Amino acid sequence: MPVLDVDALLDDRGTEIIVCCGSGGVGKTTTSAALALRAAERGRKVVVLTIDPARRLAQSMGIEKLDNTPRPVAGIEASGDGALDAMMLDMKRTFDEVVESQATPEKAKQILENPFYIALSSSFAGTQEYMAMEKLGQLHREALGQGTYDLIVVDTPPSRSALDFLDAPERLSSFLDGRLIRLLVAPARGPARLMTAGLSVVTNALGKILGGQMLRDVQTFVTALDTLFGSFRQRAEKTFALLQADGTAFIVVAAPEPDALREAAYFVDRLTDDDMPLAGLVINRASPSARTELSAEEAIAAADRLRAQDSSSLTAGLLQLHADRVRIVEREQRLRERFAASHPQVPTTVVPAMAGDVHDLDGLREIGRKLADEE
Amino acid sequence: MTAYPDRSPDWPQVGLHVVTGKGGTGKSTVAAALALALATTGKNVLLCEVEGRQGIAKMFDVDPLPYEERRIAKGAPDESGRAGQVFALHIDPESALLEYLAMYYRLGRAGRALDRFGVIDFATTIAPGVRDVLLTGKVYEAVQRPRGGRKKDQVQYDAVVLDAPPTGRIGQFLNVNSELAGLAKVGPVKSQADNIMNLLRSPRTAVHLVTILEEMPVQETSDAVAELRAAGLPVGGVVVNLVRPQALSAASLAQVRDDAVDLTAITSQLTRAKVDVDAELVASLVDEGRDHAVRRQLEDEQRALVAAEDLPTYELPRLAAGIDRGALLELAQLLRQQGLA
Ligand SMILES: Nc1ncnc2c1ncn2[C@@H]1O[C@H](COP(=O)(O)OP(=O)(O)OP(=O)(O)O)[C@@H](O)[C@H]1O
Ligand SMILES: Nc1ncnc2c1ncn2[C@@H]1O[C@H](COP(=O)(O)OP(=O)(O)O)[C@@H](O)[C@H]1O
Ligand SMILES: [Mg+2]
Ligand SMILES: [Mg+2]
Repeated sequence: MPVLDVDALLDDRGTEIIVCCGSGGVGKTTTSAALALRAAERGRKVVVLTIDPARRLAQSMGIEKLDNTPRPVAGIEASGDGALDAMMLDMKRTFDEVVESQATPEKAKQILENPFYIALSSSFAGTQEYMAMEKLGQLHREALGQGTYDLIVVDTPPSRSALDFLDAPERLSSFLDGRLIRLLVAPARGPARLMTAGLSVVTNALGKILGGQMLRDVQTFVTALDTLFGSFRQRAEKTFALLQADGTAFIVVAAPEPDALREAAYFVDRLTDDDMPLAGLVINRASPSARTELSAEEAIAAADRLRAQDSSSLTAGLLQLHADRVRIVEREQRLRERFAASHPQVPTTVVPAMAGDVHDLDGLREIGRKLADEE
Repeated sequence: MTAYPDRSPDWPQVGLHVVTGKGGTGKSTVAAALALALATTGKNVLLCEVEGRQGIAKMFDVDPLPYEERRIAKGAPDESGRAGQVFALHIDPESALLEYLAMYYRLGRAGRALDRFGVIDFATTIAPGVRDVLLTGKVYEAVQRPRGGRKKDQVQYDAVVLDAPPTGRIGQFLNVNSELAGLAKVGPVKSQADNIMNLLRSPRTAVHLVTILEEMPVQETSDAVAELRAAGLPVGGVVVNLVRPQALSAASLAQVRDDAVDLTAITSQLTRAKVDVDAELVASLVDEGRDHAVRRQLEDEQRALVAAEDLPTYELPRLAAGIDRGALLELAQLLRQQGLA
């Protein structure tokens, strides 16, 4: 397995965007924050966009208030020009701001008050992914324009599948200017000739599924949003192009578990298909390896012998723990080998599970050292 | 395995067991084990998944499941070796919508037109709340299925287990009614939502929470308990999963943590147990023991927080070899012994 050289990646001024992705709970947020901190302390001007940090981690980075703008993180031991800003994504606010920046004030108000918009912007399963991309686009423009940052690290939403991050924006924007929407707006625009028999079947069915009120809300929303369609699609396309650029590096995070590694494999394949630059794989929360060669079988046999005489033997307990640890490490090793067999080209780094949660800068520094394989 | 007699079940009146928890804590595993545990002799249990990942098929090592109830396993055997049946159903919103439309309206050609215009996609992925009503609607149908109903070959279930979305989305998923309120005020979806809500709020439902003994999952568990209660949904038990081996007693743990172990005693015991021993081996075992003791202490802190929720609690060990059919049966027996089923 080739090794992922994290410090080389962070020190390369050509690296402008790092995207951490993977399935939920594997440590994307932790990894993004740790990479951002390490980069800042090595002299980069960094902003990290986190999606759903654990409460204590957010507190220690000073971003527990959701105000949708990056704030400087206190306590950085930066070298040179290094600095770190952090923010937590507010998806509804980001959506609102897009609407406000694109529409006239009256129209914006109309959209923002529409019940369908409110539901869409706060609960649609893809909105968070879409808004994360939108925010990344904004930060990138700002970084280019004002030179505030030279590296943007992005966390991705805790999706069901790692691929949602790439697919949801496309799905939402193609909905927003797709055929269905055209169809729904058509009656409001007038020309009855558009309403062929097939179309009325569709609107009727929609009305039945969703109820008349919802259909009317959707129609009002869509009509108000009409002028923005083009810009939604354009924005999504621009961000997508940004992700394909040379300055972008994807880091796939996975736990040494079958599901997480399967997701990681899908994601790696997808990045390759879409010409997106993959930097490597982080196997996070690996079980710490055993400190002695004694095999699991020998340990269990010895523990059984001791327990026959003293059921609460401390030594037997230690042997049993050792056997358990060896088995888990062996299982994780097999899973990693299986991944490597099908993806031999993917540079990898392994981060062990810490004893406790990672919730402060020291913890993030520790993860950073493990990521970079220091010590 | 059944060294202890099974406890009488804590949830005899429940027909719908909803299993949620933070992502990756073991919802699907616990849901499967619970279904196996509930399937005692003569009983039929249905295990449903709604997240579109074919997790059940992977766990039971069978081909991907269709939108159709399939028998996938015998339940966990009792002392006499007998058991009931477990069926599985993979519910995807597109199929649920088409079935729903076919049930209430004659569709004909329109079905295809709907798909062509992206209506199915819209209703199932974008229209907020509609997707959830479709998913829970199918579960509702299986729970409420009348004896001797329309279709003769349909199985009647004594219990249904739902592998539900994670805690972050569970309130929205189950509280379908209020989510829809502003959107579909009338219409068939709305009346369906009302019926589902009545079942979900009744004592026939229990929402169980799966957690591991770590800070974030435990925090999410107590947030979810508060959210479910506020929504009038019946909170069931807490299943603490992936518990580390309890190989050391409290006294031993303290000794290891405080570096107060007697190394000579361990050395001589290892020799007696026929282990080829040297000082390095002893030091390594003690080091590993210390790592473990630190984690156990953190687990105990979280366990106290779980206990403070004052809900029936069940514990399942972390099985070092991972999860397969045999492991699921082992977990099922443990759930039965503790009275979840
Ligand atoms: N008691 C256990 N012992 C050993 N491994 C377990 C145990 N419980 C769960 N696992 C493993 O942990 C991983 C996560 O479990 P599972 O898929 O059930 O979680 P989940 O909560 O359904 O996840 P998701 O949120 O992704 O749906 C799986 O690889 C599973 O095999
Ligand atoms: N290497 C690690 N060792 C110990 N705990 C970790 C490690 N990586 C992540 N965690 C903990 O796991 C939990 C989930 O991590 P998080 O980064 O929020 O995951 P994600 O963003 O992928 O959902 C957090 O409580 C975090 O502190
Ligand atoms: Mg996260
Ligand atoms: Mg699952």
